[in-house]
Amino acid sequence: MQTSFTAEQLADPHVAESEKILRRCVHCGFCTATCPTYVTLGNELDSPRGRIYLIKDMLENGRPADEEVVTHIDRCLSCLSCVTTCPSGVDYMHLVDHARVHIEKTYTRPPVDRLIRSTLAAVLPYPRRFRAALLLAKLGRPLAPLFKRVPALRPLGAMLDLAPTSRLGKADTSARALPPVDVPKRGRVAILAGCAQSVLDAGINEAAIRLLTRLGVEVVTPAGEGCCGALVHHMGREEQALDFARRNIDVWCREMEKDGGLDAIIITASGCGTTIKDYGHMLRLDSAYAAKADKVSSLAKDVTEYLATLDLPKLEPRAETVAYHSACSMQHGQKITLQPKALLRAAGFAVRDPAEGHLCCGSAGTYNILQPEISAQLKARKVKNIEATKANIISTGNIGCMTQIASGTAVPIVHTVELLDWAYGGPRPAKLG
Amino acid sequence: MNQIAFLPAREDVLSRRKIIIADLAELLPAECLVHEARELVPFETDAFISYRRVPLAVALPKTTAQVAAVMKYCHRYKIPVVPRGAGTSLSGGAIPQEDAVVLCLSKMSRILELDYPNRTAMVQAGVTNLSISETVGADGFFYAPDPSSQLACTIGGNIGMNSGGAHCLKYGVTTNNLLGVKMVLVDGTIIELGGKHLDAAGYDLLGLVCGSEGQLGIVTEATVRLIAKPEGARPVLFGFPSSEAAGACVADIIGSGIIPVAIEFMDKPAIEICEAFAKAGYPLDVEALLIVEVEGSDAEMDAMLKSIVEIAGRHSVQTVRECQSATEAALIWKGRKSAFGATGRIADYICMDGTVPLSKLSYVLNKTSEITDRFGLRVANVFHAGDGNMHPLILFNANDPEDAAKAEAAGNEILKLCVDAGGCLTGEHGVGIEKRDLMRHQYNDVDLNQQMAVRSAFDDGWILNPSKVFPLEGRPEGRQDA
Repeated sequence: MQTSFTAEQLADPHVAESEKILRRCVHCGFCTATCPTYVTLGNELDSPRGRIYLIKDMLENGRPADEEVVTHIDRCLSCLSCVTTCPSGVDYMHLVDHARVHIEKTYTRPPVDRLIRSTLAAVLPYPRRFRAALLLAKLGRPLAPLFKRVPALRPLGAMLDLAPTSRLGKADTSARALPPVDVPKRGRVAILAGCAQSVLDAGINEAAIRLLTRLGVEVVTPAGEGCCGALVHHMGREEQALDFARRNIDVWCREMEKDGGLDAIIITASGCGTTIKDYGHMLRLDSAYAAKADKVSSLAKDVTEYLATLDLPKLEPRAETVAYHSACSMQHGQKITLQPKALLRAAGFAVRDPAEGHLCCGSAGTYNILQPEISAQLKARKVKNIEATKANIISTGNIGCMTQIASGTAVPIVHTVELLDWAYGGPRPAKLG
Repeated sequence: MNQIAFLPAREDVLSRRKIIIADLAELLPAECLVHEARELVPFETDAFISYRRVPLAVALPKTTAQVAAVMKYCHRYKIPVVPRGAGTSLSGGAIPQEDAVVLCLSKMSRILELDYPNRTAMVQAGVTNLSISETVGADGFFYAPDPSSQLACTIGGNIGMNSGGAHCLKYGVTTNNLLGVKMVLVDGTIIELGGKHLDAAGYDLLGLVCGSEGQLGIVTEATVRLIAKPEGARPVLFGFPSSEAAGACVADIIGSGIIPVAIEFMDKPAIEICEAFAKAGYPLDVEALLIVEVEGSDAEMDAMLKSIVEIAGRHSVQTVRECQSATEAALIWKGRKSAFGATGRIADYICMDGTVPLSKLSYVLNKTSEITDRFGLRVANVFHAGDGNMHPLILFNANDPEDAAKAEAAGNEILKLCVDAGGCLTGEHGVGIEKRDLMRHQYNDVDLNQQMAVRSAFDDGWILNPSKVFPLEGRPEGRQDA
């Protein structure tokens, strides 16, 4: 696509990168068809092609972001379905990242919106604060219907709805899990404890650690790591995101230097995986961190991606039928499509693919809080497709999807690694009742 | 690229912009009207991106009644209307103009009725082509015309352009698979044409509407044929040492009376582009590739393949590879159908759509290379060889105005070449804005005037998609500024 930037504009490396991305787009329109918001709203402005055009127009003219552009960029889930579809290889992810940073820098949001975003950014990435907030939310739940009646406060209502009613996990503590002595050691990995997942569902990492150590992999959870930065990154709060990234990079690099080094950094939330795999790009302009960030990104592996390299034995067929929901960050962000299902099948589960598997469930980080209406429509569509498979368990690889889908169906939803742990000798996941 | 003129924007319409928008806001729900300056820009073009005009407003109706209300209003005040589906036109059929209301049917995307006993589907015009086949696939049916953009393009747009596709060699193009439409006329009248039968009493107005590029009315619903899936289908890859050999082989296959489901052609540059995207395993050591798909029972497929392999042998075929699995077949088609977009990985492009008699395929391929060589441009060929529908992709740099002008000039020469070889300007993409000024190369004044007379019969004031199809010079008296 033709672009018109001045040499001065292109001197900014972020603009230069966006220009390169825009030049790849041939405006063929394929991306519209698989975009969840276009499919839901039927307006090109809420499609990747429309957003690319809005961003192009804004950047070319060197304009601050305005209400119209912000509305349509905010509605983007960053599910990256368009990136999977795009034949010409437009790197929409980094283009929309740039647009979000530009919005954050040049646009003043209405006060309530600002307050909600600041609160989310100050609470969610920090497990202790998040746990406290969830306890408060339990008390506040009766207020949800009230909030939902005031358009500006709807995100608060959505937030209260999403707070789990079940027990909360413990805060992450540094730990080291060693394989049993009679199993040959197959590797040493760090596992990301992260932020929200450790509070919402500590059972996921427990299962991953149990399974990995049983298979001969030493698993460490080094002290000091935390939120990967994805949450604030998607809000355009770049400095905060980069700080999170640098902190994790420091922790993991220290761990790499220890005896045995690190064969992989295991991530059990694909949303985080997509971001950690992008650290190299995010910090490319930071000479002190660029190389280390690249190293961390290259070691980052989704837990299923890593397990697939361990040649797990094939087990007898089981009675359970599993609907596998591929998180967007898994299938589009990280292009991991085969391994989770192959692992489940090898473990004896019958696996079913829900229709419209490429469409987002509407969770998308904080999207279900910030865009509750669209999110609810996508959830209903997702649940309908999943329930149509008649499977008795839903499995997925991302905590956001688990919370979102669980709030719309009675079919139990668990992390893929919990089923694998169970099949290979671990306890039956408590969520299965 | 600025060689193709649009009608000058009418001052009397532009000056009433605010009033028009206020009036449209009375006719449509808020989420169905786009009018903020910033939000109009993304509608300024379609997939023929060389030309751009920001429209006055965009209407996104949800019902036929809303379409009718907008048409009635625009007709009354003589406001140009440009229909749009998914905006995937490669000939600029959906590019607006400054004084136009874009009538975009993307919100009308429901499948209304599936009638399996009668093998028909009734859909809203904004439904995507592929979603019909996806919806009925599990029940053993499909909708046959499959333009490469079928993932995104809409049935309404397919009807406007009488779209084809790879599998049209056997099953025909849109007009052969369309049974009925609900259509809003220029004054807002809602009419129904055809039904669930192959032919209707009286004039074949449905045939007239199909391919009329949004100039006779706005189709809001369509009834299309569903076809039962064959027992089996198998794409086979044939690699050749030259484009001429592959072209001659196609002519020979069809000439001998064999009609496979599809015969698709790719030259070396196209093979490399598609392989980079789809990783379908296309042979990279050949100069030209044919994807031939056969279908039916195993015995039927084997018999037809045997004859085709024999013919290919006479044209020095280098490799013959039968696809081994459904996954492989899907990748082979994914690569082929993404060819245009995937070309964006290496350059900007414009895509031609000339159709030639099969006996002239090799000659036209050669001449096409001569033309692009003379302009110093690269070309990639990927097209529906079985029905002679060529798609040379002329590669250029859109940020270099000189290069862009050369690409357009080369494109015009190639299209004239197709006409001179006994073919036509467009096989399936429509005339749009792209080929409008070449229409006099295809038709003499008498023939063209007859087509314009039909257009006037439906839309006397020429407000529907007015800059398209017919050259601006020589339109009926008083219509130039319609």
